[in-house]
Amino acid sequence: MADHAHAHDAHAQHEEHPTWSTYWKVALILTIITAVEVSAYYIPAWENSWVYVPSMLIMSAVKFVIVVMYYMHLKYDHKLFRALFTGPLIVATLTLIGLLFLFSKLVLRLGIIS
Amino acid sequence: MTANSATAAHGDGHAHGGGHHYTSLGLDNRKIAIWTFIGSECMLFASLISTYLVYKGRSPAGPYPHEAWTNPATGEVFKPILNIPVTSASTFVLLMSSLAMVLALAAVQNKNLPKHTFGERVLGSSKLWLWMTALLGITFLGFQAYEFTSFVHEGLSIRTNLFGSSFFTLTGFHGAHVTAGVLWLFTLLAIDYKRGLTPADSLLVDICALYWHFVDVVWIAIFTLLYLIK
Repeated sequence: MADHAHAHDAHAQHEEHPTWSTYWKVALILTIITAVEVSAYYIPAWENSWVYVPSMLIMSAVKFVIVVMYYMHLKYDHKLFRALFTGPLIVATLTLIGLLFLFSKLVLRLGIIS
Repeated sequence: MTANSATAAHGDGHAHGGGHHYTSLGLDNRKIAIWTFIGSECMLFASLISTYLVYKGRSPAGPYPHEAWTNPATGEVFKPILNIPVTSASTFVLLMSSLAMVLALAAVQNKNLPKHTFGERVLGSSKLWLWMTALLGITFLGFQAYEFTSFVHEGLSIRTNLFGSSFFTLTGFHGAHVTAGVLWLFTLLAIDYKRGLTPADSLLVDICALYWHFVDVVWIAIFTLLYLIK
């Protein structure tokens, strides 16, 4: 019974949900960003410039966050779910960055050594 | 409040009744389980992506992803192996499958709401959107099968070089996840055809949707890191 009451409390705190039109708008934004990413690949001035890699990483991160927030409802859901996802994601990202440093990939990219 | 409207009001993933277990926070254990699983999957894919990036550019022999390569022994020229237009199309397909999946969940959650117009009936058809998601997933797998086959024909297999082994392992693992997602979608479709999915079942669809969207976000990362960044 107490569990049930808790369930209702949790429900009441997280009642807001995106509408159908929000889902379509998100899909449009994802499509536009993907189109810009692919276009950048074929624009030599952009592809050869130093902003190419950072811009691609930022656009990819924006798409990632949009899907997680709106399609996976993390923006509207309980913060425990956010912690369960972002905790391992942060560890995973740090592991990836650490390995790239270990194997001299990021060092070369950042120009720390030549 | 009628029984139906009460069910609809609670059809948001926080299922009530039906003998399900809740934590002291009032959250369904199954939803906590899928988020924990997704967290562990982050680690799996981070390790696979790390391996690919660490080995990137360290293959002594081609074919290579973005550069042409001439075999010094035979003089045979290999063009850059990655096919960006095809992969861009498959990326778009997977993004649209996420839209179909979220519309399937919304259709189940709002099943009991009255639908007056044709548009409302289309948006409210869970079968339609589950089928759309599954078919788009299968289309993505078709693109991947085409890509793998063409790579092998062009001289790149999992045993050719470091790029081949790390590339096929990473994208193969992702493809296996998409395959599992498609099978999961078919089980939901089977339930929908057998007895109909109701708002009380929305958590079943929500859990599958979370897995499907996760597979999508992993591909967002793979597409940029493997295909677009040289």
